[in-house]
This record gives sequence, C-alpha cells and structure tokens, in this order.
Amino acid sequence: MSDTASTLPELATYHTGYRSPVTERPHTRTILIGLTVLLLCLFLVLPLLSVFVEAFQQGVGKFLETFSIPDARSAIWLTLLVAAIAVPFNLVFGIAAAWAIAKHRFPGRAFLISLIDLPFSVSPVVAGLVYILLLGTNAPIGGFLYENFNIRIIFAVPGIVLATIFVTFPFIARELIPLMQDQGTGDEEAAISLGATGWQTFWYVTLPNVKWALLYGVLLCNARAMGEFGAVAVLSGKLRGETVTMPLQVELFYNEYASVAAFSLASLLAGLALVTLIIKSWLEWRFGDQLATGTRPH
Amino acid sequence: MKRVAFRQPSVIPGFRLTFSFTIFYLFIIVLIPIAGLYFRTFDLDWNSFVSIVTGPRFIAALRLSFVTSAVAALFNVVIGLLIAWVLVRYEFPGRKVMDAIIDLPFALPTAVAGIALTAIYAPNGIIGSLFDPFGIRIAYTSLGIWIALVFIGLPFVVRSVQPVLQDFNREIEEAAATLGARRIQTITRVMLPTLLPSILTGFAMAFARAVGEYGSVIFIAGNIPRQTEILPLLIVFRLEEFNYPAAAAIAAVMLTVSFLILLAINLIQVWSQRRFGLV
Repeated sequence: MSDTASTLPELATYHTGYRSPVTERPHTRTILIGLTVLLLCLFLVLPLLSVFVEAFQQGVGKFLETFSIPDARSAIWLTLLVAAIAVPFNLVFGIAAAWAIAKHRFPGRAFLISLIDLPFSVSPVVAGLVYILLLGTNAPIGGFLYENFNIRIIFAVPGIVLATIFVTFPFIARELIPLMQDQGTGDEEAAISLGATGWQTFWYVTLPNVKWALLYGVLLCNARAMGEFGAVAVLSGKLRGETVTMPLQVELFYNEYASVAAFSLASLLAGLALVTLIIKSWLEWRFGDQLATGTRPH
Repeated sequence: MKRVAFRQPSVIPGFRLTFSFTIFYLFIIVLIPIAGLYFRTFDLDWNSFVSIVTGPRFIAALRLSFVTSAVAALFNVVIGLLIAWVLVRYEFPGRKVMDAIIDLPFALPTAVAGIALTAIYAPNGIIGSLFDPFGIRIAYTSLGIWIALVFIGLPFVVRSVQPVLQDFNREIEEAAATLGARRIQTITRVMLPTLLPSILTGFAMAFARAVGEYGSVIFIAGNIPRQTEILPLLIVFRLEEFNYPAAAAIAAVMLTVSFLILLAINLIQVWSQRRFGLV
C-alpha cells in the first residue's frame, strides 16, 4: 500500500547517508516503529492472547469440557440461529437499498444514507431499550401481540433477532452503496438495451460486479451479529438454555467464577474474530479494487 | 396532466420496489422504535424528567461517561496518528499483520474484550500486578474504564487518517523543505492542517462509540454507583427495576447527544470538502 510512498526517500538514504528532507532520521523512525509495535502489542495482541491463555490454563481437557455443558451448547446454537436469520434480512435490505440509492437519482439520497448509518451511532443498550418500550408485553404493540396471539417478543428469541438486526443494520448497505455509485449505471443500461429483464440484469450484470464487496459486508455483519452483547443483554431476559447467546453465556460463566468455561467459550468468539480479520485482509489484498473505496471503519 | 417525477427518468427498473422496501424496513427496524423512545419520555411530566436528569447518580454517571470517553478519544487521536503514520510511511517486518490487527476491536465481541482486559489489568493480572505494589489499581476503577474505551476506540482515528495520509501529495512536503522548513515544521504546519478533518472525524466517532459502549466496560468497571457506573449501565439498572420511564429519559438524553455528534461529523465533512476539496 505504501510502497510507492516510501521508495523515493529510501533511495536517498542508501547512497550517501544524506537524509532526504521529506523523511525522518533513522533513529527517529526506529523509535516510532518500536513505539507503535509496543502500543499495538499492549492494547490489542495481549488481550487477544490472554483469552486463549486463560482458556487453556488448566489444560485442553478442561477447555473441551466447556463444550459439553448443555447451556454452552444451546448458547452456541442460538447464536448461530440468530446470525442465520439476521444476516440474510440485512443482506436483502442492503441490496435493495443500494439498488435504489446507487442506480437511481432522486432528491434526499444523502439524507437516506445518513439514516441508514444511524444504528451505528446508537448505544447498544439504547437499541435494546427501544424495542422493550415498543414490544414489551405492557407496551402498545407488544401487549397487542401477546394478548391476541400469545406471541412474546421481548425476553424471547424474536427480540434477540430484532436487536441483532438493528445493530448490524448498516453493514452490508454501506459496503454496497459507495461501490455501486462508483460503478455507475452504464453496464445495466447496456444489458437492458440488449433486451435483458430487470432480474437478469441484476443476476448477470450487477451481482457479479459487487460480489466481493457483498461478501465483505456479510463477513462484518456476521461477526457483529454473533458477537453482539449490549443490545441482546438488555432484552434477552437471560433464560438459561433458551434466550442466552454465546456472549451472554460468557458473562454468566464469568459472573459464576467459572473462569475456564467463560474463557473457553470466549476463545471460540475470539477465533471467529481472527478468522474474520484474516478473510477481511485477504479480500482487501486480493480484491481491493473491487471493494468500496474509502470504507469507513465500524 | 404533467406529473413532476420524484426520481430522474432512467431505463433501469426496480426503483419502486427497492425504494419502498428500503423505506419500509428503515421505518420498521430503526425509525419507529427510536421515535417510540421519545414518545415514552413524554409519559413523564416535566418535573419528574428534570428530577431524573439532575439526580446525583445520573449526573455522576454522565460526567464519568463523557469525561472518560473524551480522554480516551483524545488519547486515541495521539496514538492513532502515530500508528497511521508508521503504517503508511515506514516499511518494517510485520507491517501488514499490524495493519490487519488494527481492526481487532471491531471484530472481537465486546464481552470477550471486557473479560480479557479485566484478566490483564486485575491486581493479579499480567499488567495489573506490575502496578499493584505501587498502590495503583487499574481494574475496577475509572482507569480501567479508560483502558476499555481506548481499546474499542483505537481503530477509528487510524482508519480515518490512513487514507488521507496515503493520498498526501509528497511534492507539498518537498516544497516546504525547499522553502526552509524543518521536518517537524513541515509535519505540524503543512501536513497536520490537511489531516485535521480526518482527525476530528476519527475523534468524534471514537467518542460517540465510547459514550455508548457497554460490553467491554462493565466487566472492568467495578460498577460502583456514583464512582464507576457508566451511563448505559444506569439504563440497565433502571430497566431491571422496571422503571421504564426513567430508563427512557436517560436513553433519550444519550440518543440526543449521539445525534449531535453525528451532526458534528457531517458538518466537519462539509467543511473539509469546502476547505480542502476532499472528503
């Protein structure tokens, strides 16, 4: 990435020992690099390592024992289930929103994009709370559903799914919208003018153009969906074996001083984070030109 | 009768379907629930709202949340600039791995980060035990909260500064050098002003995230009322007491603040576009 940026001053230092005026002294560089590596190890690598160290501190046997605890197993299943529902919902939304916003011109598009980004700036706890206020059994909509159809949303699985959809809402849309805006509408117009239907255009022209960005968005969306804590904690009710996802089960184990169990389950989530980072870096390295430029972090 | 079109005419189909689905989904999932929160605060009369948001426990949590978040975000600006600079400008073994690991706080579930940080900074942890002999406690104090907020906010400044630094025109630095600027002057007087909008954006995003953060903080915080109790935790306590109006009132305050931060970020971007012609 910075290859082009660093060739010029490097050459200058090689030949004469004379320092290019647009770079720093060698020992300043060494100090800055050392400081960066130290900071990253201290703040990022150490916490990650400590999860695995704590998980295996009493041996592999104890580590594996965690995964035969029924509560841990049902937490893993629930997490997989919630992600399997929430991610496709946001996938369909992301594609629809990107198609409407990037392939057509209408007033207020920028405002619509800001609204889509809104869930990122809402505290997870507040995200959980808004659904309790709307869908709890003593709230207008939730009460109606409970009394007439006996459907519980809050303190049950549907609430967990809803909260997860809320916190992962923008991920896929914000990967697709800038990319599809950059790509313009030329390809689609050509396809239509050659007689393709709308669906054919989407399947054979648009989708192949954005497939890596789509995968990128799904990856980040999934990582957040499986790891969400605050929003889910507020409205799960924490019924063991029923409404407890993996991050919540980690908290329950931890608060019971079942440290090995907590960190063993946590190491599964940390492993997921690592896999996510590896695939993400691979996508950026291999298909960087087919991803949205200037992807903002979140 | 001539109709004024909402969207500009185009041959690409599917606008009505995708646009209405987008709006529908946005309203169901995001806008109606958020509006509902504000409506629930109206259940309170003015006096009880005021007594909630001026109560000593609320004020203490508010101050703790905002001060630690601001200090953590400021610290993130300093180390974020350093990290972005080193990753963009210098070549060293392991640079790509370091670059990839920056995003760890986004990928690692917050509860996992919370228990991991607590394990490290607790009095018997690897780092906590170094400070414990000197009487410095990190976990279960506001220092611990600060550590957690630095962790989750770390990527924001790095990732907002990195692309701008990458695209920075080196000829400008050379021009400054030929005009007699020392290296440090070039960096502080020439480069820093260009980086300022991205620094401010990164700061605002890290700050907003820190104020709302829950999962990574509650494990390390100790959660003592009026001392190490953050604002989101206060909402959770109110909910557990089934005091929904009070929870809604606190959440409404937090939500309004995050809208203001969002507005500030957008204004920074408009300003930087005018000032520098870049996003």
